[in-house]
Amino acid sequence: MNAAIRKLAVAAMVLMLALMANSTYLQAFRSNELNSRNDNARVRDSQFSIDRGPILIGNMPIASSKPVDDRFKYQRTYSNGPVYAPVTGYYSYIFGRAGIELNQNSELNGSDPSLAFRRIIDVISNRPQQGASVSLTLNAPAQLAAYKAMGNKKGAVVAIEPKTGKILALVTTPSYDPNQLAGHDLDKVAADWKKLGADPDKPTTNRAVRETYPPGSTFKLVTAAAALSSGKYTPETKTNSPAELPLPQTTTPLVNENRQNCGGSNTATLTIALRYSCNTAFGSVGLDIGADALREQAAKFGFGERQLPELSGVASAFPGDPNPPQTAQSAIGQFDVRATPLQMAMVAAGIANKGEVMKPYLVQNVKTANLKTVSETKPESLHQAITPEVAAQLTGMMVDVVKNGTGKKGQIDGIDVAGKTGTAQTSPERPPFAWFTAFAPANDPQIAVAVMIESANVARNDIAGGALAAPVSKAVMEAVLKR
Amino acid sequence: MSIASTSVIQIIPRTRRGVELFLLLIAVGISVGAYVNIGITAQGGVPASTGLYAAGIGLLALVAHLALRFRAPYADPVILPCAVLLNGLGVAMIHRLDLGLTSVGKTKGVPFAPQQITWTAVGVVLFVAVIIIIRDHRRLQAFTYTLGLVGLVLLVLPLVPGLGVNIHGASIWIRVAGMSFQPGEFAKVCLVIFFAGYLVVKRDVLTLAGRRFLGLDLPRARDLGPILVAWLVSLGVLVFESDLGSSLLFFGLFLFLLYVATERAGWLIIGGLLFAGGAFFAFQTIGHVHKRITDWLDPLAIEGGQIAGGMMGQAWGGILGRGLGQGQPYRTLFSNSDMIISSMAEELGLTGLIAILLVYTLIIERGLRTALGCRDIFGKLIATGLAMSFSLQVFVIVGGVTGLIPLTGLATPFMTLGGTSLVANWAIIALLLRISDQARRPQTPAAPVSDETIAMAVQKQ
Repeated sequence: MNAAIRKLAVAAMVLMLALMANSTYLQAFRSNELNSRNDNARVRDSQFSIDRGPILIGNMPIASSKPVDDRFKYQRTYSNGPVYAPVTGYYSYIFGRAGIELNQNSELNGSDPSLAFRRIIDVISNRPQQGASVSLTLNAPAQLAAYKAMGNKKGAVVAIEPKTGKILALVTTPSYDPNQLAGHDLDKVAADWKKLGADPDKPTTNRAVRETYPPGSTFKLVTAAAALSSGKYTPETKTNSPAELPLPQTTTPLVNENRQNCGGSNTATLTIALRYSCNTAFGSVGLDIGADALREQAAKFGFGERQLPELSGVASAFPGDPNPPQTAQSAIGQFDVRATPLQMAMVAAGIANKGEVMKPYLVQNVKTANLKTVSETKPESLHQAITPEVAAQLTGMMVDVVKNGTGKKGQIDGIDVAGKTGTAQTSPERPPFAWFTAFAPANDPQIAVAVMIESANVARNDIAGGALAAPVSKAVMEAVLKR
Repeated sequence: MSIASTSVIQIIPRTRRGVELFLLLIAVGISVGAYVNIGITAQGGVPASTGLYAAGIGLLALVAHLALRFRAPYADPVILPCAVLLNGLGVAMIHRLDLGLTSVGKTKGVPFAPQQITWTAVGVVLFVAVIIIIRDHRRLQAFTYTLGLVGLVLLVLPLVPGLGVNIHGASIWIRVAGMSFQPGEFAKVCLVIFFAGYLVVKRDVLTLAGRRFLGLDLPRARDLGPILVAWLVSLGVLVFESDLGSSLLFFGLFLFLLYVATERAGWLIIGGLLFAGGAFFAFQTIGHVHKRITDWLDPLAIEGGQIAGGMMGQAWGGILGRGLGQGQPYRTLFSNSDMIISSMAEELGLTGLIAILLVYTLIIERGLRTALGCRDIFGKLIATGLAMSFSLQVFVIVGGVTGLIPLTGLATPFMTLGGTSLVANWAIIALLLRISDQARRPQTPAAPVSDETIAMAVQKQ
């Protein structure tokens, strides 16, 4: 009998070892997976109760945690909430995080591997876990100017420093106050959230980086870049620019917005065509160089890649396999061309930076609570979109647009502004999108801007679009340049 | 130390009561330490009731110790401290959960800890009673069939209309005078004694070689009767009480004892197949069992489910744990009953959980050691049965809580909130210790030699 009992003793040991092995798997190897689940209330609670690091612009906190005497210990507070909401995002106990609060979460709450050493010190000295601070590249005057200039218009503004890719301003309107969502009165938070969700203007939508729109005539910059890069065109090359351009495979012709030819000529030069934003000229240029050349040029400016992961940015797109009429439409930024305002700012910034598109970034550095730098973002080249020569030609053409063409409203006294207007229509029922993308000063670019106004209640032409969007661009540029 | 002196030590039977007392001090110390720790982290200071708690648990441990010292001096010295440690930690955790549940406004029935302490006292009284009344476990053999009947009655008691209650899908509870009991916990003890008594008589018949097949000695068809009866009863438990855990426990115990009595692995094979068939049948036909199994296959699918809550608690605890009073185990459903082991794992970490499992292992292996050393077959079988009942029960409930196997509502021995299980476990420990006293006692009646005398004897050489 003892032999059997001994075997049972071994079996009992095996059962226990199985329990230990399973628990080890669960607690040592699967813990990260389980701790990162959204429905994990423990993690949610403890993270919400952490002395979270601030989000800074320079030395000015735009989001910070202040000690309070309730269940969560710290209240996340956003100063100038609606202005910075598309960047900071929010941190809600019930609805989670967005924006920098989401994408830099591990740094802000101090759990990032790069902060491991700091965390050990905290544990040893019995201090509560303290988050790192995240410094942004934003330029506060530019951001405020952009928000103010947008007023109650619905749309987005993105400003980039062309040489580095730093985001100087990133605004979407209408906005919301993240303080509403960060509150500790959870019933009120839920009610406010419901109200925001029900708002037809979708204030929590990040129009600058998370939504794509038809870029309209601003896309003609990409078409012009492709044409100049092909070697077949110079700014003085004559184009086919009648009032109506008959398209192959269809009876619907491509028309200029004013139903006339281009600046009084049926063979306007590329410069003139850009000045008056002639659809027929760029349609024929697009047909001439082909969809592939357009797509390649767009990709070199950053189309097809997700930009600005800090804000979960989405990719802009050029249609995959358009037929000739669709190619002509695409060449003027219609059909299925979709771009984020950020992407159009990158196009302007690329031209401004001698053809080199810098990778846009928003986080300047991360520092521990005692100001030790954990990481510092270095400017990074994304693509050489065009040669410096082509960039110089395009710059000249864009300066002409603002000086003599559709973009006059973007002019700034004493500074050469290079820009391009756009008005994109999706359907006859809905108002067109008004665009303006520009950089300045033209000879030494400090800032590139894209403005998109979603429902512009104006005439459907470029001058109107420019009239609406260009002043916003001007305000942002002045905030940066005139200091 | 010379070889001679070693051999001297080996032949002098020792009571080891001093060792037990020392281990008890540690067990009580850890329990009180846990209580103080919880006070500091969750209440902001050493609780005023610390003295009372320490005195209470210390007194209970001392009473149990004295009962052994006077009535079972050769009993195993490790089992009692292990039980006291588990019980003390369990009470501390229940107290901690009282605080946690109150803090989130779930005050129904709170506080549970005083209740559990009262039941611990009842358990220790029963422990002492068993030690005093049952002077020789062999006398129990006379009650084989009586206990078998009692066990069966206890088993079916939850099915009696008006008496049994269905809690969370399983009908393994009865309600008398406003209090709930799990009669299965006592049925387990009665049935172990019944199985043992029955097998002592029938083992020769059952051992007769039947047919050899694939290297296994299979029993004769007509000897299959008892195992079929046990199978049907356990299947009955499964079908009518919807409890896979109890069913597995009863059938498993019978199988193990049958195996030990006959030393024929064939029984295990046949039994295993029968159980697998029964479990599959239950999975197909019984909604509650089916749900338990689908919950097990995808525990995280149910937001706020108890297994998901427990697993997240354990993950949150990680390797070193959140620290007593510093986790949020009260978030898990049934955090102080079914899921208490995940509460432990959350606050004490993987490290603490493994320590607790090792304490269980110690009790189990010490119990089996007792079975090895026992000189009569009846005692061997009872000790094996009781030790394996611990093993199976811990495996079924801890495995269920940690997601290794489907969860069933068995009690975590000595820890789960609830009187029946706690009291029954104290009785089981008492029985085990009674048998171990017999097993370790010198064969020729001799005066017990205390540790001190041996130490002196060793020093003299």
